[in-house]
Amino acid sequence: MSPVVFMQGNEAVVEGALAAGARFYAGYPITPSSEIAELASRRLPAVGGVYLQMEDEIASIGAVIGASLAGAKAFTATSGPGFSLMQENIGLAVMLEVPCVVVNVMRSGPSTGLATKPAQADVMQARWGTHGDHPAVALAPWSVQECFSLTVAAFNAAERLRTPVFLLSDEIIGRMREGVTLPEPGSLELVERPAPTGPAAEYRPYRPGPDGVPPLAAFGGPYVFHATSSMHDEMGVSANDAATAASVISRLVAKSRFALDFLPGPEVVRSAETGRGCRPGEPVLLVAFGSSARSARQVMLDHPDHPMTLFRPRCLWPFPEKELSALLADHGAVVVAEMNTGQLLLEVERVAAGRVPVAAALRSDGEIITPEQIWETVREVARRPRPAAQALGWKEGGR
Amino acid sequence: MSRTYLDYLNEKAMPHMWCPGCGNGNILKALLAAFAALDLDPRKTVVVTGIGCWGKADDYVTTNAVHGTHGRALALATGIKAYRPDLTVVALMGDGDCATIGGNHFIHAARRNVGITAVVANNHNYGMTGGQFSATTPAGSRTSTSPYGHAEEAFDLCELARAAGANYVARTTVCHYRQMEKLITEALAGEGFSLVEVMTPCPTYFGRLNRRGGPPEMWRSLKEEPGLRTGCLVKASRPSFEARYAEIQKAARALTGEERDPDAR
Repeated sequence: MSPVVFMQGNEAVVEGALAAGARFYAGYPITPSSEIAELASRRLPAVGGVYLQMEDEIASIGAVIGASLAGAKAFTATSGPGFSLMQENIGLAVMLEVPCVVVNVMRSGPSTGLATKPAQADVMQARWGTHGDHPAVALAPWSVQECFSLTVAAFNAAERLRTPVFLLSDEIIGRMREGVTLPEPGSLELVERPAPTGPAAEYRPYRPGPDGVPPLAAFGGPYVFHATSSMHDEMGVSANDAATAASVISRLVAKSRFALDFLPGPEVVRSAETGRGCRPGEPVLLVAFGSSARSARQVMLDHPDHPMTLFRPRCLWPFPEKELSALLADHGAVVVAEMNTGQLLLEVERVAAGRVPVAAALRSDGEIITPEQIWETVREVARRPRPAAQALGWKEGGR
Repeated sequence: MSRTYLDYLNEKAMPHMWCPGCGNGNILKALLAAFAALDLDPRKTVVVTGIGCWGKADDYVTTNAVHGTHGRALALATGIKAYRPDLTVVALMGDGDCATIGGNHFIHAARRNVGITAVVANNHNYGMTGGQFSATTPAGSRTSTSPYGHAEEAFDLCELARAAGANYVARTTVCHYRQMEKLITEALAGEGFSLVEVMTPCPTYFGRLNRRGGPPEMWRSLKEEPGLRTGCLVKASRPSFEARYAEIQKAARALTGEERDPDAR
């Protein structure tokens, strides 16, 4: 039997990281993520790992990248202001193709904002925060259990893709306590970064493997290698020509699409599954992630006679657009609930492309979205007419 | 069979990109000769660079190397050394990279006394971007962005490292090759954080804008610069970060046993 423990979301992130094999943490204290640093400082040295508290978040992610190049599964945790400081070196991790996990326990901004209050307003920053074209992988837990399991998934994705992966938690999920089932040691499926084989003299650190991801050696091992933040060829040597740049960028960006094959998919909960059955008519599709999804779920429980479906992406980037698109035909309207002024909303609107009305229950005052607010939005959007599919020139089910 | 500096030089990347009259090539030679003097294993050696003229030096070495972001070489180097204390980790930075954009990382790496050797090329300006002033540009000097003279005082990097707690601090110039090689070798061989600041001319920008003459004049005046303190300035033996952290790992293991948390739930 796996033990069930009562645990905080932030603590579960550390337990998940350790279970995934993380042995290096570098960070800078910031509310509401500091419990991750505190527990990491206690647990890591006991398992032969290293905890570093750096002078700022720029240095923190820099040290994480360095340790990962030296072979460590490495992570850091922060919140909005720190996530902003990390953006340049997140791009460095993308360019060097260094696996690492960055936990962002989101709080209300901009700037210092409401430092102790929750928000979900870093969705687009996670996608586009660092400059230049790049892939983005971001997972969003809605429970303490998922703080554990999605942290493991984040490490697996980072190692497999050789790219930074974000865990977008928030102040509510991070600070909440729930029962968690910890898997037996050894029962988790863990992914290690692709390792080079063959003679050291022939190692090309940036020659893509079969899935587009090059094998990564570790500093100090048998393979000597060069990595550079500048555009580079397969040897990791600076190269300025257009053909190299085009192929590197397209290969890096393609990691997002490749990631969809193995990242945790969206959870879809239909109100029929609550045991009450659906009323005739088209249900409303609720789209929410993280703590907002808990309020959305509550709406369904509070109104069992009103057919609704919850679409809860566990992976925000790449956005699970196929799964969402497939649901639109069966639903009369969409309600997006998020603690920001409309970020995931843009992605949902893009996927819906006018096929169904899309409404939003948004909140950005540092308070959680209530089930009542979402319910009001559901009632309002249910009254709107569904656009005629043909008039918009859409074929059902396809994009 | 011991190695020579040529074993550490990536000859395929030659000729280097530095301007005529720049001293970076001399620093590179001294660095690689120091590697050879210590017979460093290229597999166990990591050269970390930031951005700038001297920050291009990673292209020219046969050891492991990583070229990172501007000012952050010491952050990367700290992560590497903390996780793999057995590796020799060298950070190559210019004055803009190390003392200016990376100044905070510099003082904290020195304070942490992490086992990194920083070889800093100080040419009093940003060469790569066209000769703007940096944190080591002397007051009054003309640069691309101080056309009427510079209004700020310069950092003394060695004093900064000493005050912050570095174990080893030395200064030399590119005109003093043998001293440079000896100091870098000593720095690499020691424990804890070490700094070798190498004064080097930038005839292309700083020299031209301050009417210091061409390369021969600049090298001559650097060699004879009055009041420039060179040689080893600090040699201490505080335990390095890695040594201290190894003790912490040992204590944590003893306290918790079998990888368990001290407050086992």
